[in-house]
Amino acid sequence: MRTRLLLAALLASMLLNPAVQAAPDADTAKLLASTADHSKFEALKHQFKSGPEVTKACLSCHTEAAKQIHKTEHWTWEYKSPEGQLLGKKHVINNFCTSISSNEDDCAACHIGYGWKDDKAYFASETIVDCLVCHDTTGTYRKPIGFAGNVVTKLTEYPPGSGKMIKPANLQKIAQSVGKTSRDSCGACHFFGGGGDGVKHGDLDSSLASADKALDVHMDSLGNNFACDTCHLTQGHQVPGSRYAPTAMDKSGAHLRGKEYSSNPTDCQACHGLTPHKKNAKLNNHTDVVACQTCHIPRYARGGVPTLMSWDWSTAGKRGPDGKPLIVKDDKGRVTYSGSKGDFVRAENVLPDYIWFNGRVKYTVIGEKVEKGDQAAQINRFEGSARDGKSLIWPVKIMRGKQAYDPVTKLITVTHLSGEDGNAYWTNLNWKNAVATGMASDGLPFSGKVDFITTEMTWPITHMVAPKEKALGCADCHASGGRLEKVSDIYIPGRARDHLYWLDVAGWAIAALTLLGVLGHGLARVILSKRTH
Amino acid sequence: MPRIYIFKRFERSWHWAQAALIIFMLVTGFEIHGTYSLLGWQKAASLHTTAAWTLIVLWLFAIFWHFTTGEWRQYIPTGKNIAAVMSYYATGIFTGAPHPFRVTQLSKHNPLQRLAYLLVKLLINPLIWVSGLAYLYFNELGALKIAAISGLKLGTIAQLHTAAAFMMLAFLIGHFYLSTTGHTPLAHIKAMITGWEDQDEPPVSGARAATSGPTHA
Repeated sequence: MRTRLLLAALLASMLLNPAVQAAPDADTAKLLASTADHSKFEALKHQFKSGPEVTKACLSCHTEAAKQIHKTEHWTWEYKSPEGQLLGKKHVINNFCTSISSNEDDCAACHIGYGWKDDKAYFASETIVDCLVCHDTTGTYRKPIGFAGNVVTKLTEYPPGSGKMIKPANLQKIAQSVGKTSRDSCGACHFFGGGGDGVKHGDLDSSLASADKALDVHMDSLGNNFACDTCHLTQGHQVPGSRYAPTAMDKSGAHLRGKEYSSNPTDCQACHGLTPHKKNAKLNNHTDVVACQTCHIPRYARGGVPTLMSWDWSTAGKRGPDGKPLIVKDDKGRVTYSGSKGDFVRAENVLPDYIWFNGRVKYTVIGEKVEKGDQAAQINRFEGSARDGKSLIWPVKIMRGKQAYDPVTKLITVTHLSGEDGNAYWTNLNWKNAVATGMASDGLPFSGKVDFITTEMTWPITHMVAPKEKALGCADCHASGGRLEKVSDIYIPGRARDHLYWLDVAGWAIAALTLLGVLGHGLARVILSKRTH
Repeated sequence: MPRIYIFKRFERSWHWAQAALIIFMLVTGFEIHGTYSLLGWQKAASLHTTAAWTLIVLWLFAIFWHFTTGEWRQYIPTGKNIAAVMSYYATGIFTGAPHPFRVTQLSKHNPLQRLAYLLVKLLINPLIWVSGLAYLYFNELGALKIAAISGLKLGTIAQLHTAAAFMMLAFLIGHFYLSTTGHTPLAHIKAMITGWEDQDEPPVSGARAATSGPTHA
């Protein structure tokens, strides 16, 4: 009797417990998604004339949001490394468009503020924080290049005199539909770093917006469908997982709900722990040496969008018959040469390079002297070794470049590329004027001579995680000439360069001599026994 | 020709299973080493490991058998008549001279065999076992608190394992050849299959001493 009662109670609780009920219908799902419907807010029932007006409305409820934003690298574009280097977009050089200084009108299209000015008042202002660029859910909010991060609110011709019109954004509608960030909103900038889709990172491009499982098991639109912040677990607008402060090795294991962790929530171990391989436990013996990404991201730029592998500025300057900078495209319509930019090499499905990496990255920053030698100058250097106890073997993209350089001051130049003034390289194709303006913008000396220097820049590969069936097999590395052929200071079974040369020679020699000896002995037996018979 | 039953059923099955496993492990082992590509590295590594565990179990049985039956005494080295046996393989074998050693149940191995098998059992096998298990449990070794062990490099372990494999290969070649040196090329091999060894004519008197093995009974 008692058991029957218990069973009945159990059954009733199962039926009444919402956790075991069927999925809610669409209306309920929408209702449960948020406690606020922004279209019902009086503050947003307003024809906004500018971005900051919207921000003011946002801050009338979200009082601390801008202050939180002020504390992020998204806002400051500045990061002080543990080694004391001042990094961040404001201070680093790269070998794409090379540097931001004097090009803010274009570059700041991806700053989360309105009307970039490199001064204290700008960075201290709350109302010029751009809430919408991250929280738009309509997909209609755009900050076009050339407007220093401003949103266009009137029909505007750009570039002036070009006849090309930019449509204004409907700020009211966008403000009323704000929501959580998504792959689309983050991707609006992060997929297009370096000036185009997939150009910079190699493991981040627009294909991830609607990824399938083969491209990324986590962001698979029909499967796990992770947003960026599923891993880049954000609190108070502080987004963890910056490449300026990477975690190369994480021994702290998987995070449990309700516990406090100081380790990086974005890395694989934060969910998968240190022994994630259940079926083949031997694979867990690799996790102290090899980053998860090494096996689980077999190639990058796998989504059909090529990434830029090399950018040679030294060939820029050619004009077409129409007098405009020459454009050459390949059979897929992708630009391979641009008179204002130089030569491009793009690639898809790229095999990563592999290096020991301990999470520390040393940058060559603006104003740092660089010697021009036979080897490419390293714009950043991923540190690490087999012996420091902090490094794992990581996959990276190495971006190769040839960029403007002052042979007298030995500085990689800051070049004024964009702008409507007469000195921008993209409008007048004159290196001297462009470099002089760029260097002056950062208070740097310029000798008047422009040379070009070969550079390399290293990027971590960590997105585009393939399904486990597509992960590397043993023989991809356990072989001579395999993926890890160039990785030193580790014994990889199957890789000939790790063998003790004399041991193999002696071993085979002894085996061969034994064989020869017994063959000789046997032959003698055969011959001599025939003679005796 | 008189026959003598010298290899018991367990001994024979142990021998042939061990032979098959060792050959298989040499084949897969040198693939793991990177000498050639045959089964594919992953398969080779996984089968090599399975074969290793099988061989370890087999060896445990064999050790038990040797000690409970007293057969371990067959490997006690003796210097007696070793010169005569060596001179037989160096010269006598070519002239049709009789083997200076006569097999008995109590002494089934000639002095050279005793020495060779003892070397395998005390040097090559332990080196393979220890280096192989260290190879397999390298990460666990690294977690040990004993610096001398946790500081071992995988390369060192692998090189010891490789050295042992080469020794085993050389032994295998010699062993296989010497198995053909009976009164007919297949005589010894047949004995290892059936257990029955054909008895040669009684050896010449001078070599008789070699037939007396270590006192067993």
